[in-house]
Amino acid sequence: MEGIAIRLQDLRKSFGGTTAVAGVDLEIRDGEFFSMLGPSGSGKTTVLRLVAGFETPDGGRIELAGQEVTGLAPFERDVHTVFQDYALFPHMTVEQNVAYALKIRKVPKARRLARAREALAEVRLEGYGGRRPAQLSGGQRQRVALARALVGRPRVLLLDEPLGALDLKLREQMQTELKAIQREVGITFVFVTHDQEEALTMSDRIAVFEQGRIAQVGTPAEIYERPATPFVASFVGTSNLLDGEVAHRVAGAPGTYNIRPEKIRVLKESAEADEPEHATVTGTVADAVYLGDTTRFLVDLDGGGRLTAVQQNLETSAEDVAAYRGSRVRLQWHRRHAVRLPS
Amino acid sequence: MASEATSAARPGTVRRLAGALHRRPRLRLTLLLTAPLLWLAVLYLGSLAVLFASAFWTTDSFTSQVVKVWSTDNFHQLVTVPVFREVIVRSVGVALAVTVLCALIAFPVAFYTARVAPPRRRPLLVVAILTPLWASYLVKVYAWRLILSHGGLADWLLAPFGLSGPGFGLPATVLTLTYLWLPYMILPIHTALEQLPAQLLDASADLGARAGRTFRSVVLPMVLPSVAAGSVFTFSLSLGDYITVQIVGGKTQLIGNLVYSNIELNLPMAAALGTVPVVVIVVYLLAIRRTGALNSL
Repeated sequence: MEGIAIRLQDLRKSFGGTTAVAGVDLEIRDGEFFSMLGPSGSGKTTVLRLVAGFETPDGGRIELAGQEVTGLAPFERDVHTVFQDYALFPHMTVEQNVAYALKIRKVPKARRLARAREALAEVRLEGYGGRRPAQLSGGQRQRVALARALVGRPRVLLLDEPLGALDLKLREQMQTELKAIQREVGITFVFVTHDQEEALTMSDRIAVFEQGRIAQVGTPAEIYERPATPFVASFVGTSNLLDGEVAHRVAGAPGTYNIRPEKIRVLKESAEADEPEHATVTGTVADAVYLGDTTRFLVDLDGGGRLTAVQQNLETSAEDVAAYRGSRVRLQWHRRHAVRLPS
Repeated sequence: MASEATSAARPGTVRRLAGALHRRPRLRLTLLLTAPLLWLAVLYLGSLAVLFASAFWTTDSFTSQVVKVWSTDNFHQLVTVPVFREVIVRSVGVALAVTVLCALIAFPVAFYTARVAPPRRRPLLVVAILTPLWASYLVKVYAWRLILSHGGLADWLLAPFGLSGPGFGLPATVLTLTYLWLPYMILPIHTALEQLPAQLLDASADLGARAGRTFRSVVLPMVLPSVAAGSVFTFSLSLGDYITVQIVGGKTQLIGNLVYSNIELNLPMAAALGTVPVVVIVVYLLAIRRTGALNSL
């Protein structure tokens, strides 16, 4: 039986007249890589700051490992944070930055430095201890911030969009490394991001935030395959939302449906549905965009509605794609991929 | 549209000149900098050089005429005559005391104006701090003379506690100079505190530091260069001052007063005395430079 690292109950916070967090209930398990995903202004960072203790909630309750910490100061909580722009102390060396938490706990100097070096090794920055933060690249600062937060072995590590400032290649590399480090140290990571791909790549579970509330909590697969609301469907991945008369005609029953673009096959109009469990519909290609590894089709359906379909470019060249525009096609998908959303 | 068309069609002298200058960046720089550089070299550095050179001359003791004979007597006297030594040490002491007092008072004030006061009120507070600089120096010093005079405001305020004001003298001089130069210390500290990222304070607390620890380990080291920058003002302004001490200092003498009293009778001695604060300040600046404070001026 896994323990609960963080329990939030009816957490509320507003700034001035603006509600940032409007009643959040959440349980995060021990050792979990948990992501809070949402657009900017959805309240995810505020929840993180409430858990860290930088803000005081207007209402609700925060528990860390079963202990209530709602009114406690940041330095009284066994939680460390990796900040969005790293917040390294510019007047200290990398080693002093990393050893800061240990110095405050009055760990003897030799022991402190040894542990700082270990932590730097964990983030693959051996030999950088004597430098100043200003002498490091963005990715290296990111790792120092991580080492500084990890060195005290907190119960929970909070990460506030830590990869946001990195370029794409570095970000992808850091995603893999972060995940590996989390597995190694076994600490609960709470990761705030607005990048759905990042959340899907790294997380054990994800909470999707919408306007200060949690719209859905689940594994990446659950969130992607079974979105609970139209908002989740459209925020995580690209989605085709069908409703009303079009949904009835295409899916066979009324309701709101979501079909992921990569589940839809683009065929010649003359092709026949070969399996009974396949749904099929014809239309005209309004636009076809060549994206290198894939091609994105926008198809106007006969009788109204529009679907986006994405195909791997197995044989297709950029010229073929151009020729698709305006042509007649048949779209086909397995019926189970048209996911009905609760209304 | 019309004006554009006409100006493009009429390549006037100004335009041609501007174009010619644009293609010759060195000429542009020369035209721009010659006058101010001459001003700096001739009037500032030149007069300092003359001051320094004349300190090596002597005076005819009967006629008070300057005799242009090379001699290091004046500098020798500076270190050997007890009065000179005392006054030099006292002047540097006053300048240091004013600087320390300014720093101690300015820090909490700047902390309030930069981080505690509501953001909308901060510019107003800065204006309030700067306002005294608009008032005449003499008015302010005479105001302090009134405050510190016998039976003045200071005496009246301290009377209920069985105390009396400091009267005129060295403490009064330090107090008045501290009042005069305080804004020059508050401003750089205010700027540094205002620019201190809030995230650093959050990070420090997050890593387990209480407020006092955060202040010592994060705020103070990051603001220290600005304190040093402010001290350049308070220190050099105090070291050069001789009017305040005349008005509220009683019989106290500082370097400036000695320069003043020597300038008629013994110009070379006055020059030698005048060299002292220049040397002290150069040493002070070199020491300060190591803290990186000159970058935050």
